[in-house]
Amino acid sequence: MALFLQTTFLTSSSSLRQKPRLSSWASHISSSRARTRVHAKIREIFMPALSSTMTEGKIVSWVKSEGDKLSKGESVVVVESDKADMDVETFYDGYLAAIMVEEGGVAAVGSAIALLAESQEEIEEAKSKAASSSPTPSSAPASAPVSESTTGSDAVEKAVVVVPQSPSAMASAVHPASEGGKRVVASPYAKKLAKELKVDLGRVIGSGPNGRIVAKDVEAVAAVATELGSPAAKVSAAPAVQAPPGIELGSVVPFTTMQGAVSRNMLESLSVPTFRVGYTITTDALDALYKKIKSKGVTMTALLAKATALALVKHPAINSSCRDGNSFTYNSSINIAVAVAIDGGFDYTLFFKMLIRKWKELVDKARAKQLQPQEYNTGTFTLSNLGMFGVDRFDAILPPGTGAIMAVGASQPTVVATKDGRIGMKSQMQVNVTADHRVIYGADLAAFLQTLAKIIEDPKDLTF
Amino acid sequence: MRDLQNEHHMKALGLQVAAAGYDRQGVADHANNLATKIRNNLTNSMKALGVDILTGVGSILGPHKVQYGKLDSPGNIVTAKDIIIATGSVPFVPKGIEVDGKTVITSDHALKLESVPDWIAIVGSGYIGLEFSDVYTALGSEVTFIEALDQLMPGFDPEIGKLAQRVLINPRKIDYHTGVFATKITPAKNGKPVTIELIDAKTKEPKDILEVDAALIATGRAPFTDGLGLDSVHVERKRGFVPVDERMRVLDFKGDPVPHLYCIGDANGKMMLAHAASAQGISVVEQLTGRDHVLNHLSIPAACFTHPEISMVGLTEPQAREKAEKEGFEVSVAKTSFKANTKALAENEGEGLAKLIYRPDNGEILGVHIFGLHAADLIHEASNAIALGTRIQDIKLAVHAHPTLSEVIDELFKSAKVKAHASGPIVNEPVAV
Repeated sequence: MALFLQTTFLTSSSSLRQKPRLSSWASHISSSRARTRVHAKIREIFMPALSSTMTEGKIVSWVKSEGDKLSKGESVVVVESDKADMDVETFYDGYLAAIMVEEGGVAAVGSAIALLAESQEEIEEAKSKAASSSPTPSSAPASAPVSESTTGSDAVEKAVVVVPQSPSAMASAVHPASEGGKRVVASPYAKKLAKELKVDLGRVIGSGPNGRIVAKDVEAVAAVATELGSPAAKVSAAPAVQAPPGIELGSVVPFTTMQGAVSRNMLESLSVPTFRVGYTITTDALDALYKKIKSKGVTMTALLAKATALALVKHPAINSSCRDGNSFTYNSSINIAVAVAIDGGFDYTLFFKMLIRKWKELVDKARAKQLQPQEYNTGTFTLSNLGMFGVDRFDAILPPGTGAIMAVGASQPTVVATKDGRIGMKSQMQVNVTADHRVIYGADLAAFLQTLAKIIEDPKDLTF
Repeated sequence: MRDLQNEHHMKALGLQVAAAGYDRQGVADHANNLATKIRNNLTNSMKALGVDILTGVGSILGPHKVQYGKLDSPGNIVTAKDIIIATGSVPFVPKGIEVDGKTVITSDHALKLESVPDWIAIVGSGYIGLEFSDVYTALGSEVTFIEALDQLMPGFDPEIGKLAQRVLINPRKIDYHTGVFATKITPAKNGKPVTIELIDAKTKEPKDILEVDAALIATGRAPFTDGLGLDSVHVERKRGFVPVDERMRVLDFKGDPVPHLYCIGDANGKMMLAHAASAQGISVVEQLTGRDHVLNHLSIPAACFTHPEISMVGLTEPQAREKAEKEGFEVSVAKTSFKANTKALAENEGEGLAKLIYRPDNGEILGVHIFGLHAADLIHEASNAIALGTRIQDIKLAVHAHPTLSEVIDELFKSAKVKAHASGPIVNEPVAV
């Protein structure tokens, strides 16, 4: 499943902006419209697909409550997809008759999350309908234990796994305060967490006073629960306050929706035959240019993205991908995706045409998890830059559905032998491209890199 | 504490706060010092006005005669032209509940904040219980509400109650049991926690047993009227409350006012709020100085000091609709969200709702309810209007400063649709601008 993040960033090639991914959501609604025509008065509000890769979404909060009047176009609920928090609007006037999935609950895309009644009389009818219809199974509880990725600026492409605490003899021990195992004593927060994480309180051993179950007991159980690998539910480990930044040693923290998506994509990439080609590029000229236009908000990554795009124009074969395993998909536009580090994971952002000014806005939006689907779905070539940390070389994992990803290291002053046999100093950076060998061949890739090096080393074309 | 720990809120404002902590003793000292200071200020003010303060337990010996002194010894007798009973109330502890002042406490103990328990059960979800849950959750405790009625926060307008639940209860570490009585509460002893036995309020069947670190009894307040000597003036108390008429005159068992005897405040049970007691006292003094006065209790606002605050004046929507049905008039409701208010948005505190219940035919204000930042301050425009009998059409053109939260109230008045026209200006001569 691809997380396509595109930047429609190009020069002379025709720019057919891809249609926003919202079309898939709209088709959901239109099919539902046809389905519910029979009922006509009570409609279901569905979990929309906010991206082509989204399989389920989590309800962040209900903007409207049961019984509220709704007008077409009004925001009804806020949904968290694997990328961003989106306001979902209603397509109909009516009354929010029944909420079928509560805040914090997860529902599969296309499943009903609420009922809308056209008039107030039907609210009762809708309520009973909601009660009788079996709610669509929400995601299975937290599965493989994972550590919280550090917040702040560390961008980690692979999540680090922390060994879970070994479950102490849970099943057999009898809860001391519960008089022979009859009663379960749990603190209010523990009960809330148990409900969220779908942990059976009867199975939990309490570590609080008199054997009371407290929040961290519930979290420990949720983390080691053995279930098949499925997306994890979000957990806030701290009291009614933001989770503390940094990793809590000895803790086991399930994936957030986004982290789960990253994990899925990384695993998928294992099925693609990749190869890597490296190149060292001299960046003195680029650095000088950067210094000149830095004040306008242009970042080094933006410059690199543009250079890459110009190179891709000359080597369209690199701008291809293998979507179905059988054919080349030559993309008609060049959309460069750039990895952005955000709290709790990383993400790809995009930037349109040559609007470098918009870059910052998009990066900020990505960081705040507020990208629109068309802003993150349609990349063709990906750029990942860890040079700002001093990394000199690394290789990246190919995002599924794309043809190539370029890992850029830091530019460092290096002693080189110059053409006239002397010793000189040049700033050099190492780039490493990982590509899908089903559609991109070595010689093509090498030629692309050669062109890229030429563009970067003589960057007068970068600023028009 | 809650604001400082709300990293999300701080970040939105662009602030960074290092981990905020608190010193329990410091917090307790602040509260106690404040109470002492206010008491001293009041005492000094009275002395400055020429008031004589006689200390002791008082009781009425007959018309115009009061005896006071220590509890057991007879003490002194004074005579007075008029007597006002203002003995107030104490926290009400239902039977079966054993209060030890440390693990099972009343609001009086809670105000001293001698400890912050990990898990505290609060019996009663009215405004006292709600305010304390606000305090305890901000200091890090988890809270369980035990409410006898089926709804939490029964005294509030239901719409406000729903929103309050969504903001003040659901996102916090609070859970609740409704429709239950706590029949027996045993304080913590020998390492065992406080145990609370719950029974179903209607069927009286045992429902659950809670084990918590502390329990706060917030089931209301009982009048403090024992030993007042009311028999000497033929007055019978009703459930401990002293019966009074609308002028606060004490009524005897026949229903006639006892001359020169008044009762104000919690002791008469009409409206158990501090400012209501003051207002009743002022009403009595007006009468004593020759000006008749009847206090309109519907114009007295009430406030709940949670964060965000809740305030109200007049009738709730169900009460208004009931009255409307009986008397045959229409009721309309105007609502506005704090999200539309500039000041609230600037503070990033857009969560809030203000509601105006009124008569569209003549513009009479029946009730105003506010849930949001500074609600307790904002209600007074509405309570003043009700006290003066001001109609909406006469007030809707008044100007409010921008940006202030009071524009929320302005919005309410301006959005009300009243059929009557504004009556002429109250002042006969126009004021030169």
